[in-house]
Amino acid sequence: MTKIGLEIHCQLTNLESKLFCSCKANYREFEINENICPICMGLPGSLPRLNQEAVKKATIIAMALNCTIPDKIAFFRKNYFYPDLPKNFQITQLNIYGDTSIGGTGSIMVGDKKIKITRIQLEEDPGRLIYEGSSSKNLITLVDYNRAGTPLVEIVTEPDFENPKQVREFLNILSDLLENLGVSDPSLDGAMRADANVSIEGGKKVEIKNIGSFHDLEKATIFEITRQESLHSRNIAIIQETRHWDEQRKITVSSRSKEEDLDYRYFLEGDIPWVKIDPEIQKELKSQMPESINSKKERYISQFDIPTQVASVLSSDKFYSDLFEVSHTKSNAKEIANIITTDLMGLVDTREKREESKITAKHLTDLTDSIQSGKISRNSAKNALYEIVKTGKDLSQVITELDLGNVSDESELLHIIREVISEESQAVLEAKSNPQTINYLVGKVMQKTKGKADPTLTLDLLKKQIG
Amino acid sequence: MNLKISALEFVQEVQNGNISAEDFVAKTLERIQNIDEKLHAFLSVNEDAVNQAREIDKKIKSGNKVGACFGMPISIKDNMCIKNSKTTCASKMLENYVSPYDATVITKLKEQDAVFVGKVNLDEFAMGLTTEFSAFGASKNPWNTEYVPGGSSGGSAVSVSAFECVASLGSDTGGSVRNPASFCSVVGYKPTYGLISRYGLISYANSIEQIGPITRTVKDTAFMLNIISGLDPNDNTTVDNKNEDYLSGIDSGIEGKKIGIIKEMIGEGIDPTVLSATKDAISKLETLGATCEEVSLDMVKYSVAAYYTITATEAGSNLARFDNLRYGYDFSVEGYEFNSYISKARQKFGPEVTRRMIIGGFVPSAGHAGKYFLKALKVKNKLTREINEAFKKFDLLIAPTVPILPFKIGEKIDDPVSLFQIDINTVTANLTGKPAISVPFAISNGLPIGIQLFTDSMQDKLLLQAAYALEQTVSLPEVPI
Repeated sequence: MTKIGLEIHCQLTNLESKLFCSCKANYREFEINENICPICMGLPGSLPRLNQEAVKKATIIAMALNCTIPDKIAFFRKNYFYPDLPKNFQITQLNIYGDTSIGGTGSIMVGDKKIKITRIQLEEDPGRLIYEGSSSKNLITLVDYNRAGTPLVEIVTEPDFENPKQVREFLNILSDLLENLGVSDPSLDGAMRADANVSIEGGKKVEIKNIGSFHDLEKATIFEITRQESLHSRNIAIIQETRHWDEQRKITVSSRSKEEDLDYRYFLEGDIPWVKIDPEIQKELKSQMPESINSKKERYISQFDIPTQVASVLSSDKFYSDLFEVSHTKSNAKEIANIITTDLMGLVDTREKREESKITAKHLTDLTDSIQSGKISRNSAKNALYEIVKTGKDLSQVITELDLGNVSDESELLHIIREVISEESQAVLEAKSNPQTINYLVGKVMQKTKGKADPTLTLDLLKKQIG
Repeated sequence: MNLKISALEFVQEVQNGNISAEDFVAKTLERIQNIDEKLHAFLSVNEDAVNQAREIDKKIKSGNKVGACFGMPISIKDNMCIKNSKTTCASKMLENYVSPYDATVITKLKEQDAVFVGKVNLDEFAMGLTTEFSAFGASKNPWNTEYVPGGSSGGSAVSVSAFECVASLGSDTGGSVRNPASFCSVVGYKPTYGLISRYGLISYANSIEQIGPITRTVKDTAFMLNIISGLDPNDNTTVDNKNEDYLSGIDSGIEGKKIGIIKEMIGEGIDPTVLSATKDAISKLETLGATCEEVSLDMVKYSVAAYYTITATEAGSNLARFDNLRYGYDFSVEGYEFNSYISKARQKFGPEVTRRMIIGGFVPSAGHAGKYFLKALKVKNKLTREINEAFKKFDLLIAPTVPILPFKIGEKIDDPVSLFQIDINTVTANLTGKPAISVPFAISNGLPIGIQLFTDSMQDKLLLQAAYALEQTVSLPEVPI
């Protein structure tokens, strides 16, 4: 049986500052080596100053993944030399001397499959290496320390996955969950990274490192299973090793370094005293935790009669569900859910588009109000939405500027209806005996008004005219 | 002008207008100029010190608020960071390293208008107890310049003892403040772990070391402690002392106090003159109304082994950052890959640091940790339990600071194990986090002997009161330089 286990690194991107200093956690907006200070550069004499908010966020993640939480947590030093590590040790957590990591064993459901969590630890991200030069002869390694010391949560799972599809489903659920908790923005480049352990029946465990995105993680596991199965079918032993994911060639490559033999000489980080995770604090954090995706989904279905499919899409995406939560009322909930999942999603389908989007909850409320009161048609609403996302203008302004308002003036509408009646005499005749045909006539009126005729009023007037 | 005054006397004299900070600092620099060639306490001298003192004099004259130090000349062990000045740790590795920030103790002293006259010598990265392992040459004992001044804060003790400054800051990982204080006949104090911020002190063994003042009198130590102690957001291990005033009530005496004499620290290997000085100190304390009685701390016999195992492990990690990639000395990376560059660059470490790096790579490593590092931690925990037990019965503990007299420069440098053994009386305070102080008590054949007192954690005020009482029982000759 194929077994896959994951180690997921998730940056706590929503924090203000790094894990041990006041430099920004959001390092992406800086010029190279600008987001640094004596602490995150590990300058002589500097000491780590623990970011208590990071501990809270990590606790929230551990609780959301149903992990056990210890009474107090400790930090350890993982010692190894690497240029992206300013102190040549990483401050991280460990459970080998008792449960001192922020999260102990936990689990999460992926469909009907239970995936067990081994542990969750809070640690610092290293800097970033940038390679320059065309060949190994003139290769230069440059280091950008802007990322060094940013808060990272590592989530380690048991080897419970049986195939890459389960891995993908799990990662989707996990990234939605982390976003919903407000601890991280998984769409940011490098915010979520993972290593995978893959083994097939009768083979040894192979670790794949250096996978830069969830998309590639699935590809890497598929490749690795195929590679191992092919070895197995030819009776070649699968050895225990570490392999690296080659992003360009989309294959895993045996890592010739002795990484797996490294002795990290873990020991307690004396500069950070043990941190108590008070039951009171846990209770408070729990009360502050946002509603879970599942609970939202159930609520949307039961309270507003929103179809399961729509509720599921709406609840799993924080951007959309936040908009929904603020904009909806009992009476317009279904309509808003529809607008979001059918129209808005197509307009803001990338991270950039979302960031540039000017839409607010009020826009959505106004839109559904106008549709329900017959001020604009659903069709016009779609056009208005496009303009709103682009410009952020008020709905009323958009309606005027683009002339989207329904034609609800009786005399104007009557004029058009008379035109249609004279042009469609055959249909008018039929309509008298077959009420279905009247819809055809309504459609003709719509055509003439470019979809802006108030549908209820049109039907009323038509019926009267035909008699 | 008389440079041979205490810190409190200096403050008094400047406040009364009898002397100016500028004159005193200028005379101090002059003395450094004249005698430091013989002593080699200083690694660098602050050329701007006189100007800084003049500015403080101006503040005093204009009636503006002046900090408690009134321009007092202070020397700083060269493992603490002063912004825009060299901080070398007496190592070739950091020979030209200039710190971009102030240590917390430096910030606090600056706020109180102290003047830093210079950075003083130490064993490289504070590893040693003679100051002979400085990459820039040994310091000499002002009582006899053929002898070691102790270490690793040798420069601090020498500069205070030889009147090259009024007070100094050292750091104490296993006795590095108390040992040189004892050898140079000055007061050296290691506070409760966490009482003084370590932010800006270049770590050697961070879980047990503390910055500590080296001064001429116990009162001066209390004065310094008032300034530099307390919670620091930049050091998560600091403890809240609620702005305790360590000077007030320092003369409360020790009547009725119970003092335990640590048996393991006056046994085998102790110099007879040191033993007789200790007995003399005990009888003087009894005269003052204390009761003294022997107590055994069984784990002391393993303390040196545990100490070197733990400190080597932490040092191996703390000094790993010195890979010369981000700062350091001029050495091009051209033609090297990471690992070969790093290992080549680190060859600038001196012999003692290298020795401890090698030990530090071994004792916590997979397959050996159980036998060495984890066992050392067990000794540390057991020793702490023992001393806590002792403090249920005793208010104070007493022992000689160093079991032997100062020895000649070069005499023991080739025998690291016998050097390590000299730490037997000092490492206990570090391993257990307890405060301890060395008080000058006797001169034997022209060489100083210090007596050490301990209290329980956060009883530093009581410790200083007892040290003051002991100090008042003796009158010692002036340093012959």
